[in-house]
Amino acid sequence: MPFDLETAPNPDNLKRVAIDPISRVEGHGKVTLLLDEDDRVQQARLHIVEFRGFEKFIQGRPYWEVPVMVQRLCGICPVSHHLAAAKAMDQIVGARQLTPTAERLRRLMHYGQILQSHALHFFHLSSPDLLFGFDSEVAKRNIVGVAAAYPDIARQGVLLRKFGQEVIRVTAGKRVHGTSAVPGGVNKALSIEERDGLLKDIYTIIGWSRDAVALARRLFEQHLDSYNAFGRFEAHSLGLIRADGAMDLYHGGLRARDKDGRTLFDHVDYHHYWDYLQEDVKPWSYMKFPFLRQLGPEQGWYRVGPLTRVGQCDFIPTPLADKARQEFLAFDAGRPAGSTLGYHWARMIEMLHSAEMIKELLHDPDSLGTDLMTQGERAERGVGMIEAPRGTLIHHYKVNEDDLVVRANLIVSTTHNNQAMNEAIRQVARQYLDGRKLTEGLLNHIEVAVRAFDPCLSCATHALGKMPLQLELMDASGGLLDRLQRDTDGQCTSPDA
Amino acid sequence: MSETRKLRVATTSLAGCFGCHMSLLDMDERLFQLLEHIEFDRSPLTDIKHCGPCDIGIVEGGICNAENVHVLREFRKNCKILIALGACAVTGGLPAQRNHLDLGACLQEVYLTEPGLSHGLIPNDPELPLPLDKVHPLHEVVKVDYFIPGCPPSGEAIWTFLTDLLAGRSPHLGHGLIKYD
Repeated sequence: MPFDLETAPNPDNLKRVAIDPISRVEGHGKVTLLLDEDDRVQQARLHIVEFRGFEKFIQGRPYWEVPVMVQRLCGICPVSHHLAAAKAMDQIVGARQLTPTAERLRRLMHYGQILQSHALHFFHLSSPDLLFGFDSEVAKRNIVGVAAAYPDIARQGVLLRKFGQEVIRVTAGKRVHGTSAVPGGVNKALSIEERDGLLKDIYTIIGWSRDAVALARRLFEQHLDSYNAFGRFEAHSLGLIRADGAMDLYHGGLRARDKDGRTLFDHVDYHHYWDYLQEDVKPWSYMKFPFLRQLGPEQGWYRVGPLTRVGQCDFIPTPLADKARQEFLAFDAGRPAGSTLGYHWARMIEMLHSAEMIKELLHDPDSLGTDLMTQGERAERGVGMIEAPRGTLIHHYKVNEDDLVVRANLIVSTTHNNQAMNEAIRQVARQYLDGRKLTEGLLNHIEVAVRAFDPCLSCATHALGKMPLQLELMDASGGLLDRLQRDTDGQCTSPDA
Repeated sequence: MSETRKLRVATTSLAGCFGCHMSLLDMDERLFQLLEHIEFDRSPLTDIKHCGPCDIGIVEGGICNAENVHVLREFRKNCKILIALGACAVTGGLPAQRNHLDLGACLQEVYLTEPGLSHGLIPNDPELPLPLDKVHPLHEVVKVDYFIPGCPPSGEAIWTFLTDLLAGRSPHLGHGLIKYD
């Protein structure tokens, strides 16, 4: 593959540096760098090192178990998987149109999740880099340090997340791994007491979300040139869009634009996503590399998530967030909209949008209804797609006449960003590391680039299997690597067989 | 909680989904109260990459590859008290559903024969840790001092457990706090 810095031309005698594990992200990943004797970066890779295999082991399970099983891919965004699976299973049970109440409660759950996940990412995980500096003191560079130096910011972050978790709890039954979305609707209504409990706080939450947008903007303004240039690269974009061009994180058609903002396809029915997307595999990561079929693996990779969604929607259907979107796009000739660190700002705009949507849904009388379920003519295939906090999420199932799942394919948000994250770390390696003596602070720049995407590495490890290459990696401290080679010809054999 | 010295706490997620760490954060603003009594060592919330000497180690997730074994042993070596947090740490959990499958065949399916792949190959770089043939609970690899079940245990349960421990009491999770879902 021709990607610069993906593979060193002569890997022998290069020095290996590993960032392992990548911290303040969800899940398990590491970055390896190969440097020559002049400390010039020859190779930079983001590896997804774990392997789980949901697609395989849900085969043979009854379809109605799937929404509660697959959400256990991820404890941060379980609602995304819960809902994407439920949307796919709606088609299996022939629920073409959910009841108004079911749709509103699912949306409420989803916006609760976007709010809590975005708050968690910005405040708990990324704000230490942005507030203290990328090469600030390690001991302080975490949420505890933020709580000491900026107690109000830390407190608002914790309470914003709490509110989102409470929205999830009253709609899903539980804060993490809830149970309410079922094929054909939901199994839990919203009580007046539950609604009022949330309404009491929603205006405070909207206010704090506005503050968070302002904070993200201020941080960008303060470091304008460096933030704009940091890990910057041009990429195509992909995401769901409502029929009228509005941002809709729960449902829509697929829109893709090229690097220059020209439309590649628009309002595509996602039930035929495989006509548009394809995946590649590379030997050094368990995470696949998706690309737009029409452009091929070398040119067709793209970006998903908040930056893409805020950038490519025609408008956001809530007033405060739409105003924030316009300001974001107008700011500094729109340059933040193409920058890796622009993700943070865009993410806070989406958090504000979610808070506004929650307010609308809480005021909607249909949210208190009790007509929760519907069904129709049985089908054998279902595709569910949703905009998860980190980007487009695809669940695809085939179910047999005995109600058992016979095939499953999942393409998670973080997987879509695989090549983009690799591009970002290579760009940062070129910009900041090349030829310099590496320090912890410099290496953290690489992690700052990965964190901007808010990767859910746990989600990305869903594919199961067993590494066939008979090599054992013993990862010693200090980034040294000992290898014990038990080489065969690459044939995969199971020790159980 | 009457400790004068702050207790040092390390946390990690092995073959888990991070849901238990989310529950840890679900103690919400009480987190600030807890931080008056503890400080974090290695954790997904800090940039400390290796566990040093600690009073309490909290491990989420089971053991699915060689690296998990390595990290777990590092935790056991350094932590006076080791807690298995959540279903996966206690039993292997949902990832252990793969234990009855032929892994070679799975790998072929996921990386070689699945439709939608442009050209399949099975990842084989030495940077990828060797997966184990089965997913194991923690106590099959090291001694575990406490087990907290649940998928995930609630923030309330973790709060109660830790405050008991910090106060020098035997942790006790009564009715409503021990859950298995």
